[in-house]
Amino acid sequence: MKTAKKSLLAKGGQLADTFIQLKVLNGQAQNTKQFEAFEDKLKPLNLFPLKPTDIEIFQINVGKMCNQVCKHCHVDAGPDRKEIMTQATMQLCLNILKNSPIKTVDLTGGAPEMNPNFRWFVKEIKALGKHIIDRCNLTIINANPKYNDLPEFFKEHEIEVVSSLPYFSASRTDSQRGDGVFESSIKALKSLNTVGYGIEGSGLTLNLVYNPSGAFLPANQQSLEQQFKKQLLDKYNIQFNSLFAITNLPVSRFLDYLVSSGNYDDYMEKLVNAFNPTAAQGVMCRNTISVGWDGFLYDCDFNQMLDLKIENGQPAHLSNFNLEQLQNRNIILNQHCYGCTAGAGSSCGGETA
Amino acid sequence: MADTYYDPKDLKNFGNIKDHNPELAEKFFNWYGAVFKEGALTAREKSLIALAVSHAIQCPYCIDAYTVDSLEKGADEEQMMEAIHVAGAIRGGASLIHGVQMMNKAKQVSM
Repeated sequence: MKTAKKSLLAKGGQLADTFIQLKVLNGQAQNTKQFEAFEDKLKPLNLFPLKPTDIEIFQINVGKMCNQVCKHCHVDAGPDRKEIMTQATMQLCLNILKNSPIKTVDLTGGAPEMNPNFRWFVKEIKALGKHIIDRCNLTIINANPKYNDLPEFFKEHEIEVVSSLPYFSASRTDSQRGDGVFESSIKALKSLNTVGYGIEGSGLTLNLVYNPSGAFLPANQQSLEQQFKKQLLDKYNIQFNSLFAITNLPVSRFLDYLVSSGNYDDYMEKLVNAFNPTAAQGVMCRNTISVGWDGFLYDCDFNQMLDLKIENGQPAHLSNFNLEQLQNRNIILNQHCYGCTAGAGSSCGGETA
Repeated sequence: MADTYYDPKDLKNFGNIKDHNPELAEKFFNWYGAVFKEGALTAREKSLIALAVSHAIQCPYCIDAYTVDSLEKGADEEQMMEAIHVAGAIRGGASLIHGVQMMNKAKQVSM
C-alpha cells in the first residue's frame, strides 16, 4: 500500500488550484463531462436561491495542518500545510460567539489539536457555555506524547468527539488514511473508551464517521452502525455512540483521485442520478456558518476549500460578521453540492434524509 | 455493432430491454427491485448473494454491478471474496458430485 506523504499543493498537483477544480466540476476541463447544473435541480423544488434556515452551528476550521495525508481529504491537509488560525482570529470568533444565540461550535481542520492555541480556544468557548464538537482524526492522540492526554482534556471540557474510521478493518482504513492508521485509531479509541467516551451512561459522546474508501456511495447509516458496533465490540472491545455515514465530495484530493483513476464521470453521474429532494431540503449549509483559518466566512467547509466565499455583498469575514444579514443570504452552490444530496443525503452529522 | 460480445457501457442500458416488451420488462424490474429490498435478509447479505451468483453464472455485467453494490452496502473485499468462494465451492461440488454418477455407471458396466 502506498501512503501519501505530501499534500496536493506540496506536490504541485494541478488540482490544488481551486480555479481548475471548478473548471473540472463544470465540465470545462479536457475530458470531463458536463452535468446538469445543481441549481436547476433545486428550482422545481422552490429551493433556489437556497436560503438558510436557522444558523445553529458555527464550524471553525482552525487550520490545514495535519499528521495524516488521507487520500480523500477535501482540505488537502497534511504535515506540510502551515495555514493555521492565529489566536487573534480565534479571539474574533469568541467575540462573535459571546453575543450570539448559536449554541454549537464545531472545530475541524486538519487536525485541530495541532493548532498551538487549540486548548486555550476550547477553554474560552466552553466558558461561553457553548457545546463543542471536535473532529479528531484519532491518530493525533498517539502522534506525540504531548497529545496523549487529549482524552482527559476532551472529558474535562465535555467535548463531543467525532472521529473518522472508514471501516472496521485495517485494509480499507489504511488504503484511505495511510499505513498503520487503523492500528493507531484502535489504540486511540481504547483510550477514549477508558476515560468514558462512548460508554453508555457516561454522558461523553464519541461518534464515528464512515466514508467510502473509493468511488462509491456510503451504505445505509443504520445498517453500517450495527455492523461497526458488533465488529468493534467483538474484535476490539470498543464502544461508541453513533455512526455518521458521509459521502465523499468531489473536492481537492478526492477530486484528484477521481480524475486520475478515471472514475470522475461515473462518480458524478452516480451523484446526479441519486439526487434526493428530501436531502436537498436538509443540507447542512442551511444551518451552518463555516469559518476559515484566516477568518473568512463560507457556507460550508467544502465551499471553503473551493474558495467560494459567502455571497458577494454580504459580510464575508469575522471582522464584519452580521448574523442577521447572514440569515438572509443566498447560499453559494456548485456541482460538488450533488455530494450532499445523493441518496440518503450527507452532512457533517451523517445522513439528512 | 460492437467488436466484442460484452461492452461495460451496455450495463447502463439494461432498461432498454423494455423496448420490445414493456409489459414484461416492467414486471421484471418491479420484481427485481422488490427482491433486493431489506427483508428477512439484509440488503448487504442479498448483495453478497448476488455477487456470488454473478460469479457462478459468470455474468460480467452482474460482477461489475454487484461489486460496487456490495461496497455500497458496506461489505469489504474480505467478505466479497468469501462469498465468491461459496459460489466456487458449489460449482466445484456440483462437478464433483457427478463423480458418484461416474462411479455408479463404471461399476454397472464393469466386471
